[in-house]
Amino acid sequence: MKKYTYTEKKDTRSGFGAGLSELGKSNPDVVALCADLTGSLKMDAFQKAHPERFFQIGIAEANMIGIAAGLTIGGKIPFTGTFANFSTGRVYDQIRQSIAYSHKNVKICASHAGLTLGEDGATHQILEDIGLMKMLPGMVVINPCDYNQTKAATIAIAKHHGPVYLRFGRPTVPNFTPADQNFEIGKAVMLNEGTDVTIVATGHLVWKAIEAGEKLAEKGISAEIINIHTIKPLDEEAILKSITKTKCVVTAEEHQMHGGLGDSVAQLLSRKLPMPQEFVAVNDSFGESGTPDQLMVKYGLDTSNIVTAVEKVIARKK
Amino acid sequence: MQNTEALKNLCTLVRRDIVRMVHAVNSGHPGGSLGCVEYFVALYKVIMKHDPANFTMDGKNEDLFFLSNGHISPVFYSILARAGYFPVDELKTFRKLNSRLQGHPTTHEGLPGVRVASGSLGQGMSVAVGAALAKKLNKDPHIVYSLHGDGELQEGQIWEAAMYAAGNKVDNLIASVDYNGRQIDGDVEHVLPLGSLKAKFEAFGWHVLENNYGNDLEKVIESLKHAKTFVGKGKPIMILMKTDMGMGVDYMMGTHKWHGSAPNDEQLQLALDQLLVTEGDY
Repeated sequence: MKKYTYTEKKDTRSGFGAGLSELGKSNPDVVALCADLTGSLKMDAFQKAHPERFFQIGIAEANMIGIAAGLTIGGKIPFTGTFANFSTGRVYDQIRQSIAYSHKNVKICASHAGLTLGEDGATHQILEDIGLMKMLPGMVVINPCDYNQTKAATIAIAKHHGPVYLRFGRPTVPNFTPADQNFEIGKAVMLNEGTDVTIVATGHLVWKAIEAGEKLAEKGISAEIINIHTIKPLDEEAILKSITKTKCVVTAEEHQMHGGLGDSVAQLLSRKLPMPQEFVAVNDSFGESGTPDQLMVKYGLDTSNIVTAVEKVIARKK
Repeated sequence: MQNTEALKNLCTLVRRDIVRMVHAVNSGHPGGSLGCVEYFVALYKVIMKHDPANFTMDGKNEDLFFLSNGHISPVFYSILARAGYFPVDELKTFRKLNSRLQGHPTTHEGLPGVRVASGSLGQGMSVAVGAALAKKLNKDPHIVYSLHGDGELQEGQIWEAAMYAAGNKVDNLIASVDYNGRQIDGDVEHVLPLGSLKAKFEAFGWHVLENNYGNDLEKVIESLKHAKTFVGKGKPIMILMKTDMGMGVDYMMGTHKWHGSAPNDEQLQLALDQLLVTEGDY
């Protein structure tokens, strides 16, 4: 098992804020919109440096999506910021008609996704957003794993012409990917080569997959670990190549089992390479109040759940 | 600018287009379309500075228009074609398979003249505000126009946009409401009363103008010109434009029943008999 280390834990939303700040300096067409969550989204640095390109919309997310669509007409590259719940479910039809169907170059940037939002509880813990967004034709869906990767993704999506959903979160997590990484939309990142099982993880579950890989190695199980930061378009080639070798897969994500990364991988396998798959995801349930760590344990998204799922899927191999 | 007689003839021609388009596919929305003919002819032939032959999505250095109540696509398509955005002959593809003239307007098939999809109501004012903000960032002095249905104002997003536009002095936007008093289920006053739209928009901080003669071409031109004099004065501008749904076809007037129904062969002939051929049909 390849060794991964980190010097500090950082929140992915700060990676977004840092990336947006850099874009503000390097690309005069980048504009930012926020619905009364500037501090939470770490957009304050951009706001301070470029007040003329920052739009405080107030608590009116539907209007924010529409204004963002309008700003593209005139050549701007709008980045909208609010919590993932208000970035997707609340404004689904606005995104569908004014952005996706109209193919507008808007970057929908969503923080506090999933259970790790913590104590605010299920009203704010959206676990359906990946599914909602990946169903929209032409929408790119990205869920980076740490601060550095979120920063790199933020900068990268400005160069992609078309709608993008960028999902990140609130808690601090190990910042282990390189600061100078080249973020390629739609390109899987191989974290560890192995032979017994493939673990495909996204977002906050990537570090947990690494931890699981270490525990599995102690048990003599060789896990191949792939970081899927882009759920759509999915790097089918990398996933198929790996599972052709390992003959089974565990998917891991901070999202509902229905509609998430696991669904995308299952659909791919059923079409091209039927193999056993186990899912580490929330099983048709809302979250609740609690600390992020408590919630990840209670809802089965912890390192030990990945280990158990791996053992189960290996047992299913013919 | 063409002379008034020619513009009035164009209005008749656009009305013929509308009823023929919806008749041909036995679907579409003739009522609201007929009621907004004068507005579209005034906007596209007199008021707006635009470049139909060289359509760009960004629309820099020209005026822009957004149709928020997308179901009146027949009048929109007719005037776009008659203004030179695409061949008039293409009107015959309206609502048919593989057409750029979808049931509701969209950018998806690349139809020149359309800059955002509309149909799901209440979204167009936000988009128009965004485009107006982009014009300000680009130091582009041109104006953004938008049109909304009165029933559409029941959508909450309209009021989010109205609040934002006034609060942020989006004064390069001239919105208009097609105030025909009717929606699918009946009179707006019965379905969900709007109260005083003038008082509402003024309370939101808009400069509100009223035109009680939205089917009088000269009055429509006058009200739009008057509205332009308030551009750059710190407030978004709203024209409450009273129209008659179905205007020009007697049996379609005074009722909501032709909101989304097409005439049959006999009814089409009855309509065309009231709309004298003044120029070439498509």
